[in-house]
Amino acid sequence: MAGLATKFGSGAMTNSVAEIADNEAIFVIGSNTTENHPIIALRMKEAVAKGAQLIVADPRKIPLVKFATLWLRHRPGTDSTLLNAIMHVILDEGLEDKDFIAARTEGYDAFVQSLEPFTVEYGEEITGVPAEDIKKAARIYATAGNAGIYYAMGITQHIMGTYNVCAVGNLAMLTGNVGKRAAGVNPLRGQNNVQGACDMGGLPNVYPGYQKVDVPAIKEKFEKAWGTSLSDKIGLAATEMTGAMLDGTLKGMYIFGENPALSDPNTTHSVKAFSALDFLVVQDIFMTETARLADVVLPGASFAEKDGTFTCSERRVQRIRKAVNSPGSAQSDLNIIDQIYKRVVASGDLTEKPKAAAIFDEAAALWPAMAGINYERLEQQSLQWPCPSTDHPGTEFLFQDTFPREGGKALFTPVPFVSSKELPDKEYPYVLTTGRELFHYHTGTMTRRSSGLNMIAPEAFVEVNPADADVLGVAQGEFLTVSSRRGSIKLKARVSKIVPPNVVFIPFHYSEAAANLLTSDAMDPICKIMEAKVCAVRIEK
Amino acid sequence: MITLTIDGKQIEVAEGTTVLEASRQLGIDVPTLCHDDRLKPFGACRLCIVEISGMAKPVTSCTTPAANGMVVKTNSEKLYRLRKTTVELLLSDHPNDCMVCTSSGDCALQELAYLYGIRENRFTGAMREHNRVDHNPFITRDQNKCVMCGLCVRVCEEVQGVGAIGYAERGFEAKVIPPFGKDLDCEFCGQCVAVCPTGALTGRLWAGKPRLEGVKFTDTTCTYCGCGCNITLRTHGDQVIRVDSDPKNHNRGWLCVKGRFGYEFINSGDRLTHPLIRREKGGQFEKASWDEALDYVAKKLTDIKAENGPDALAGLCSARCSNEENYLFQKMFRAGLGTNNIDHCARY
Amino acid sequence: MSGEIVVNVCMGTGGIAAGGDLVMEEFSKQFEAAGIQNATVKEKCRLHKVGCRGFCARDVLVDITVDGEVSTYQYIQPEMVSRLIQDHVIGAKPVKEWLVGDDYHTFHDNQTKIVLGDLGKIDPESIDEYLQVDGYKAAEKALTTMTPAQVIQTVKDSMLRGRGGGGFPTGIKWGFCAANKSDQYYIICNADEGDPGAFMDRSVVEGNPHAVIEGMIIGAYAIGASIGYVYIRAEYPLAVDRLHLALKAAKERGYLGEKLFGTDFNFKIKVKLGAGAFVCGEETALIASIEGERGMPRAKPPFPANKGLWGKPTIINNVETLANLPHILNKGAAWYASIGSEKSKGTKVIALTGKIRNTGLIEIPMGMPLKEIIFNIGGGIEGDKLFKAVQTGGPSGGCIPQQHIDLPVDYEGLASVGSMMGSGGMVVLDETDCMVNISKFFLEFTQSESCGKCVPCRIGTKRLLEILTRITEGDGKEGDIELLLELAEDVRDSSLCGLGMSAPNPVISTIKYFRHEYEAHIKNKKCPAKVCNKLLTFFIREDMCVGCGMCAKACPVNAIAGEKKLAHKIDNHLCIQCGSCFDACKFSAVLKE
Repeated sequence: MAGLATKFGSGAMTNSVAEIADNEAIFVIGSNTTENHPIIALRMKEAVAKGAQLIVADPRKIPLVKFATLWLRHRPGTDSTLLNAIMHVILDEGLEDKDFIAARTEGYDAFVQSLEPFTVEYGEEITGVPAEDIKKAARIYATAGNAGIYYAMGITQHIMGTYNVCAVGNLAMLTGNVGKRAAGVNPLRGQNNVQGACDMGGLPNVYPGYQKVDVPAIKEKFEKAWGTSLSDKIGLAATEMTGAMLDGTLKGMYIFGENPALSDPNTTHSVKAFSALDFLVVQDIFMTETARLADVVLPGASFAEKDGTFTCSERRVQRIRKAVNSPGSAQSDLNIIDQIYKRVVASGDLTEKPKAAAIFDEAAALWPAMAGINYERLEQQSLQWPCPSTDHPGTEFLFQDTFPREGGKALFTPVPFVSSKELPDKEYPYVLTTGRELFHYHTGTMTRRSSGLNMIAPEAFVEVNPADADVLGVAQGEFLTVSSRRGSIKLKARVSKIVPPNVVFIPFHYSEAAANLLTSDAMDPICKIMEAKVCAVRIEK
Repeated sequence: MITLTIDGKQIEVAEGTTVLEASRQLGIDVPTLCHDDRLKPFGACRLCIVEISGMAKPVTSCTTPAANGMVVKTNSEKLYRLRKTTVELLLSDHPNDCMVCTSSGDCALQELAYLYGIRENRFTGAMREHNRVDHNPFITRDQNKCVMCGLCVRVCEEVQGVGAIGYAERGFEAKVIPPFGKDLDCEFCGQCVAVCPTGALTGRLWAGKPRLEGVKFTDTTCTYCGCGCNITLRTHGDQVIRVDSDPKNHNRGWLCVKGRFGYEFINSGDRLTHPLIRREKGGQFEKASWDEALDYVAKKLTDIKAENGPDALAGLCSARCSNEENYLFQKMFRAGLGTNNIDHCARY
Repeated sequence: MSGEIVVNVCMGTGGIAAGGDLVMEEFSKQFEAAGIQNATVKEKCRLHKVGCRGFCARDVLVDITVDGEVSTYQYIQPEMVSRLIQDHVIGAKPVKEWLVGDDYHTFHDNQTKIVLGDLGKIDPESIDEYLQVDGYKAAEKALTTMTPAQVIQTVKDSMLRGRGGGGFPTGIKWGFCAANKSDQYYIICNADEGDPGAFMDRSVVEGNPHAVIEGMIIGAYAIGASIGYVYIRAEYPLAVDRLHLALKAAKERGYLGEKLFGTDFNFKIKVKLGAGAFVCGEETALIASIEGERGMPRAKPPFPANKGLWGKPTIINNVETLANLPHILNKGAAWYASIGSEKSKGTKVIALTGKIRNTGLIEIPMGMPLKEIIFNIGGGIEGDKLFKAVQTGGPSGGCIPQQHIDLPVDYEGLASVGSMMGSGGMVVLDETDCMVNISKFFLEFTQSESCGKCVPCRIGTKRLLEILTRITEGDGKEGDIELLLELAEDVRDSSLCGLGMSAPNPVISTIKYFRHEYEAHIKNKKCPAKVCNKLLTFFIREDMCVGCGMCAKACPVNAIAGEKKLAHKIDNHLCIQCGSCFDACKFSAVLKE
């Protein structure tokens, strides 16, 4: 997010999902699309069937590889080097889009200079991808009429996550593959409303619509709208809150619809932090690992029980509608928040229930990109922001004419080599990478309550390459203990060539063998994301 | 552009448009069992046959590209007879158990039988007898109800790229099965179930649940990943009994296993139903009334703020919840409690 | 070499089945042995394997040519070889009693052989022998002296029509294909002969594979294809082997590969084995099969000539069509067009079987009357029974009765009486054949070979078969004939591919010409030809029965009793009309009525 915002002035999928079918080249890096975004992956398959070339860069042999023209199996944590080496080839072979660079970008010369060390030979040495394949990837991507890049947490959940995102952006800019239909930079959102939560100001540094809290004019605007004075101090990022809880500066927390006690890297650490709070209130639909640590638990409503809107990966705002009543006395989350709000400020009519449509209108009035969207229009059709006025049809792809930065140009940003924080050593010789599988979702609070999904995917496992399994003397289905400097879990071995030698994979859905007990909370210094995708582990039978 | 005449009406269509598509553009209803706009034409059911001047025999409109000057008839005595025979043949090899079939009311064959008024059947004879029991939790196969339209095979291959099922055997015994007749080994996206025109493929979770009587349909958005698929919840009372998706949606009606079949959590017995308060550290949760709980929370938050300043408070909002909830939540922290300590787990 | 003695042994599939390989081996062994004592044998004898000449019923056929004088022997077995060598090869005296008779000559002399011309004369495994009969001259002529358009025009002028069944003019089809703009074109040789009893294509591939390859080269050049496929049944192992040998030889000699005949034209041929599905003879199903899909037909249009294999313009010609091409190019379109009837030019290879004296593979000029085929070439009905009908065109053809015996055999003639040319099957039926049963037989075949894709073919043929079955079992109902006709028409008019469209032909044509037989089955519960057992009463003629007890042993329901050596009796209350006793009796004492 931070990376793209710096480069383009805004961070979201630049294109729409439907446009994927018209990509001539597709570059998927750090996204296990078929399992994590199955329906977006269908469009990729459609594009391949229509003749598009698909490049997949992933240390694991993910299902999408079956459809790929070229698979780059780079070492975990070497994404930006791979991307830099690809760009080096593009420059070597003169495949860059000179017109686009001249007309629509800045910072080019410094960027070109920064690429110098990233020769294909160096790329091969660092990433383990054969130089020939790096060249092939460069040619496929750079010579296609429309090329799209798709990435997810495999790019961002690294200590150099922001750099990775910058490298992705650089690649698109270098070849003129942004700001047009079916060509762009597309972060795939992992959850139903990540996009919306960000859009609505669920971030410590911005109000709704990415409007900075430390810019006086903006603060004034919100103070006027909300009728109260506001803080101009940038708040704590979630990853920073852990430290603040432990050192006692953060005393009370209110968490709703999240389960950080299982989803946070190094959960032992974060559980200790939550326990150190004076007061923790958790609002959820299930007794999650986090709720167990709370002082107050408030029963909320599932998506089927309330009215509102979600904004999906492609900036599309769409309605959710109440279909059933909540069980017991569980209440709509909007109602609960409203009740607490009113009690906290000791004003407002407690008997009056908040209306989703009215709150949407309030938010839309404060963010020009959403100003044209309202429930009346959403009844007819979903709309993609930016949608500045009620007669605007919404925006299929971003940056057609200009980038929303000062001067209107996209910025090339040099990306130096940064190594993962925790690399394998004698004591912890394997690289652990984590992710999701098709049949479960996130911390499993919903999917593990589906009898069918649980029947198909009942338990945690660790993917181990057959060569490693041989060394470890472990057979399919035998238990292994996987330990890192932070913790240790026991789970079954799944011997598979999906992972390369010396790398193991564990899905993080299972609380009984929680992968995040092992992962590292080393943090990207810019966007404060934790390095869940790479850490060092030891494996014992 | 191409100009042709269908049932006496002229229409201009783009190159590559089929006669069926052109007919539908004119609002002419041509029956089909094996056609889906989202898949390649197949031409198996022979119901969409039309007569085209200059062609010796009726041709399937789904596979025939429109051509300039074509004169098409979608209805005639001859076509009616051929279509009726086809429906009658299908019914002659179909269990007559609509009363207890999951797909009753949602079955293209049932509808055709009704439209052609087929009560008696001229072609009684042998019927297929498949007695396969599947061991998967989501998809029930009743091959005796299969009309061999091939939609399931095509969707699995063309859309899902999996190819978990294919055709086997010949003649009357031809059937759709997984390779070597094993159990279904698939991703359980249920795309096949969604396109099946009869009760041959149904959701296992649907069995024994209300079909149409008393069922409410609510259009909404899937709660899982960021694809944002549009879904329709079928509910009966407060029970969610089925999830499907309209082909006209931006996800074209396609869903994944979680979106289509992972809805049981909504009515799970594990759902939290009452506010709970733990009054002392290390103590037990106690049930509380809403007023009690809400007052308690508000007091605790305001107390901490009073003692330690607003930045001693933080909130995590939710990538799972609605825009409105997230907006109100951050507004409460910023405007109500005075801190920007707001984040969510988008980073994970 | 003057004075050469050549021994031809028939080594087609029929010849080998009759022991041709053993005869060949015996000749080879004995020549070796004889050669030690007799210099003539060693120096002058050449043993020579040849392809099928058509008269398979007389195999193993052996020609011994001494000083240009050909003598043909029939029914030769290995133990007869030593006498042939002693008497004929060494002694120069043919063994009269083993020579073929006049019927062998009437069989051959009434034919006009173009495609089969070199079969039985040249060694199919030797490219040199093919070259000796002007092999690859036509391809050379086309590539080096003609433009593709001229080749297409020549084929158009010859009026050659597709021999696979459809009879579509080959040159016109090529023209359609060549008119498409594409980066790739394909030519496919359809050698997936699937009609029961048909072996035209197999014999040609086995007996003269280079002619097929040369035909493909000519076609490929005409449409601009650089890749060709031969789609051939895996159940034809000998044909597959000889095809592979021929392809290898042609490649080695530069007739396939790059820069053929010094031109810029490149062409290679791949072989794809079919797995024996009848429907894969249908061109769109065949294409699906080559693409690795299940062999299911696709709707036309688009036609393969426009969008075929892998979506590219594709020509599919059958073996016989392709084998005609070298002759047309060598001798000219006018020569070819001078043979045959008005609209059907050239010759047709026919597999002649059934209740006829001379069964085998024949080649006739188009337009020859049925009568001549059956009574001259075929030598008339076996056992001097009465001719009843002839079924042409394979399992989906029609039955032609006595009244049309003068019908000229060409595309138009056969179609005019509700039958078709098909790939050239001809089954002769006599008075002991039941037409309802024949119709049922063919429906059984087409139903079990239906791919199951379209409803009318998958279920419609099943229901037709069920109605026919109940009629032959005495359960026919009033109205069944009308129901059969209605359904047959609907299946014909609404099926997806040629298989379903033509599957009802046997039903429609037998009802048209033999409705009274159907009526006898339904109304009188009788089978006039005494074929349908369920409608017959079985009894034993006391005067003929020797009391051997074989019938009683064969009876599955113990309905036959009798003392040993005394006449037996059938209890008709117990009898289930299975016919086992009839088949078991060696004294023709079991009768049915």
